[in-house]
Amino acid sequence: MSSAADVLTPVPFPGGGPAAPAGGRVFTRIRGIRPAVALAVIYLAVIAVAAIAPSLLTSQDPLQVNLADSLQSPSVEYPFGTDQSGRSVYTRVIYGARESVLIGIGATAVGLGLAALLGVAAGLGGKVVDGAVNRLLEVLFSFPGLLLALFLVAIFGSGVSTQIIAVGIASAPGYARMIRGQVLQVKGADYVIASKALGHPPSRTLFKNILPNAFRPLVVLATLGVGQSIVWASALSFLGLGVAPPAPEWGAMLDAGRDYIQTAWWLTVFPGAAIVAFTLAATCIGRYLQRRIEGETY
Amino acid sequence: MSANEPAVPGAPLLEVENLTVGFGPRGKVNQVVHGISFSLESGRCLAIVGESGSGKTVTARTLVGLTGERSQVGAGRLELNGKSLLGLSNRGWRAVRGAEIGFVLQDALVSLDPLRKVGKEIAEPLRIHGWGERSKREQKVIELLTEVGVPEPEVRARQLPHELSGGLRQRALIASAIALDPGLLVADEPTTALDVTVQAQILALLEKTKERGRGLILISHDLAVVSRLADEVAVMRLGEIVEQGPVDQILRTPQHPYTKALLDAVPAAHSKGTRLAPRVEGAYIPAGDPQLPTVVGNRQPIITAEDLVKSFRGPDGVSRTAVDHVSLEIRPGETLGIVGESGSGKTTTARIVLALADPDSGNVTLRGKPWTTLREKDRRQRRRRISVVYQDPLSSFDPRWTVRRIVDDAIADEDYKGKEQRTARVLELLGHVGIGEELLERRPLQLSGGQRQRVAIARALAPKPELIVCDEPVSALDVSIQAQVLDLLADLQAELGLAYLFISHDLGVIYHVSDRVMVMKDGKVVESGSADEVFHSPREVYTQQLLAALPRLERAEPAPKAVPA
Repeated sequence: MSSAADVLTPVPFPGGGPAAPAGGRVFTRIRGIRPAVALAVIYLAVIAVAAIAPSLLTSQDPLQVNLADSLQSPSVEYPFGTDQSGRSVYTRVIYGARESVLIGIGATAVGLGLAALLGVAAGLGGKVVDGAVNRLLEVLFSFPGLLLALFLVAIFGSGVSTQIIAVGIASAPGYARMIRGQVLQVKGADYVIASKALGHPPSRTLFKNILPNAFRPLVVLATLGVGQSIVWASALSFLGLGVAPPAPEWGAMLDAGRDYIQTAWWLTVFPGAAIVAFTLAATCIGRYLQRRIEGETY
Repeated sequence: MSANEPAVPGAPLLEVENLTVGFGPRGKVNQVVHGISFSLESGRCLAIVGESGSGKTVTARTLVGLTGERSQVGAGRLELNGKSLLGLSNRGWRAVRGAEIGFVLQDALVSLDPLRKVGKEIAEPLRIHGWGERSKREQKVIELLTEVGVPEPEVRARQLPHELSGGLRQRALIASAIALDPGLLVADEPTTALDVTVQAQILALLEKTKERGRGLILISHDLAVVSRLADEVAVMRLGEIVEQGPVDQILRTPQHPYTKALLDAVPAAHSKGTRLAPRVEGAYIPAGDPQLPTVVGNRQPIITAEDLVKSFRGPDGVSRTAVDHVSLEIRPGETLGIVGESGSGKTTTARIVLALADPDSGNVTLRGKPWTTLREKDRRQRRRRISVVYQDPLSSFDPRWTVRRIVDDAIADEDYKGKEQRTARVLELLGHVGIGEELLERRPLQLSGGQRQRVAIARALAPKPELIVCDEPVSALDVSIQAQVLDLLADLQAELGLAYLFISHDLGVIYHVSDRVMVMKDGKVVESGSADEVFHSPREVYTQQLLAALPRLERAEPAPKAVPA
């Protein structure tokens, strides 16, 4: 809900060029917002409610076993049907949002954090560090991401935190390459030279100019990354290496439902749809932000 | 080529009456050319002069039917050789373009297909208009390249555009435009990106075309270029022709205040200490006498550079000397101008003075104390004595920052403490450069070119420097904006006693701003001396060549002063 409120409040419109009237910013309400973006915002708002207070959206218990109602197809009482233990799939999808979103955001944060360390070190550390980091990244790249995640799960055992770390590490090399490129580009920019010519110490230039500008495109990339991470984490859960069975989590639900895929489609379709929709929504908003941010300064 | 002979002898080659051009959907057309009229006879040149946004380029494009899908073109008459060009279909225009009207674009590098050999590009109009056999066309291309003065035409024809120098590329473009010997040639800023000696060659080439009896429409922002070639001049402003007439009349006895202002803004015509632009209402006026501060006594030089050498290794592994035994000295309150063509080493020299590049040998002292030999850590607090104004202010600003933050960042932390004091200082600095409070929260992209350069100057003033290095600070600006910025720099020098190291490829600008001048070529100082000596009695052949190549407002006697009361 908070995200919806943020986006729908009036935002400063990036007035382009000298034509912007005196007095600085022009405020305008988003009217021409595309329906897809609005839909994505609404969906993410619902997911946010589900993650924070799932009981607002369902009165049932996600773990309530009711064998009499097992494997019911979708109905008014059970909008998404029930699973083999008679638990409401709808309730479980709602309750699963918290873990899935946590994994998505957590894994992206871990991935970006790691990537930031590696990328900035490579971009600023000179030839030797850059070479070392690049070799490391190449090794990581040559592993398929999922395989790397599997490897880490095998070492640390399954569970939500392992899942977050595993997916985070697997996604780090891509971000790291990008950050390195950004840092290299910004490092040579005229305004960085201007900062040096003003006699500012390198630390000041680093924190005030280089890092903010290098990370700017990553704001958007991170939104795209959240959706990606959920898919990867779901894949781990699907393989039985994620959240332990009774707990609701979208990927784990897919995993549990696969045995019934021919007789009870709703067990896999609804959690699957939740993942796909979340990824689409996050991507859609990510691209929207990208257009706005890049329209502002370039 | 009978098509190129006027249908009626003595009739004008091109006649344009009440031409209007607008862009956008019907009903919401944004008109950029408001009913202009002119005509041109064969063997003559009409120059359309104006600054950016005047509509001169749009006018040129209209004449070749290249205004695009969204444009709305209207005219009472638009006739070439008595044949109307109005309402011509795309197909109709293709028949006219190249064959009857040749078009020379501004930037030869982006106008030539980067993946196509130069010869093919030139043969293109021949091929489209079904001229001759392939082998005959190839022969014609060589002839054309020879005609426009390209050395080794057989070799050049087989090269790609990026392998040619700017001057050769521009020649290739002209060769392609005159391939079918069209009766009318439209040239849009044909020499703008070129060094002055190359510019002179291109102008001579265009002159030859004119002498061969072809009509020439020359679009330019530069009155000096125009004065060399044009028979008639039309001065455009905001989509209208404000003044039109024979070149002598326009340059000598301009009637319209805008034409007068444009002529006054040409720095080459005015030595140091004269104003280029009329004072803007509310602009900063220095408290002191605006007389130029001549070199003040025997005071110690701010910068002394001795025997600087710097070479770079090129991509081919060959080392090239960018700065070759250069020495210089800058005293308080004076301006040293460095002039040279691209690749002459002037910017590298400036970078060494700024200690942004280390010399291979030689050294620079700052106020008699070591400078280039210091470690970066020790240089840091002394860097504030030398500021920089860059050629492209936009890229020298952090794109996320507002004007306030850009200037504030350059103010010393220890001198001004607290938000109030710092804001007051930011406003004071912006006041010096004529930028008002209303722009404080703007980002660089939301400023005009002139405003950006003013903010850049405010930032350069913030550390209270003794010397400001100006690296081509006005070469991206329109001439009237350039005039204001040059005046501003002169005012600030008078007020604050600043010294400038002023770098430019533009001899006119250098003549206008400098007390002393250094002419550089291939990393070496060719000649140096006072501005008057170097410009009025140059000793070296290269300086003489440069000056001879410089288009001047020859026909303009001392331009009448146009400072409104």
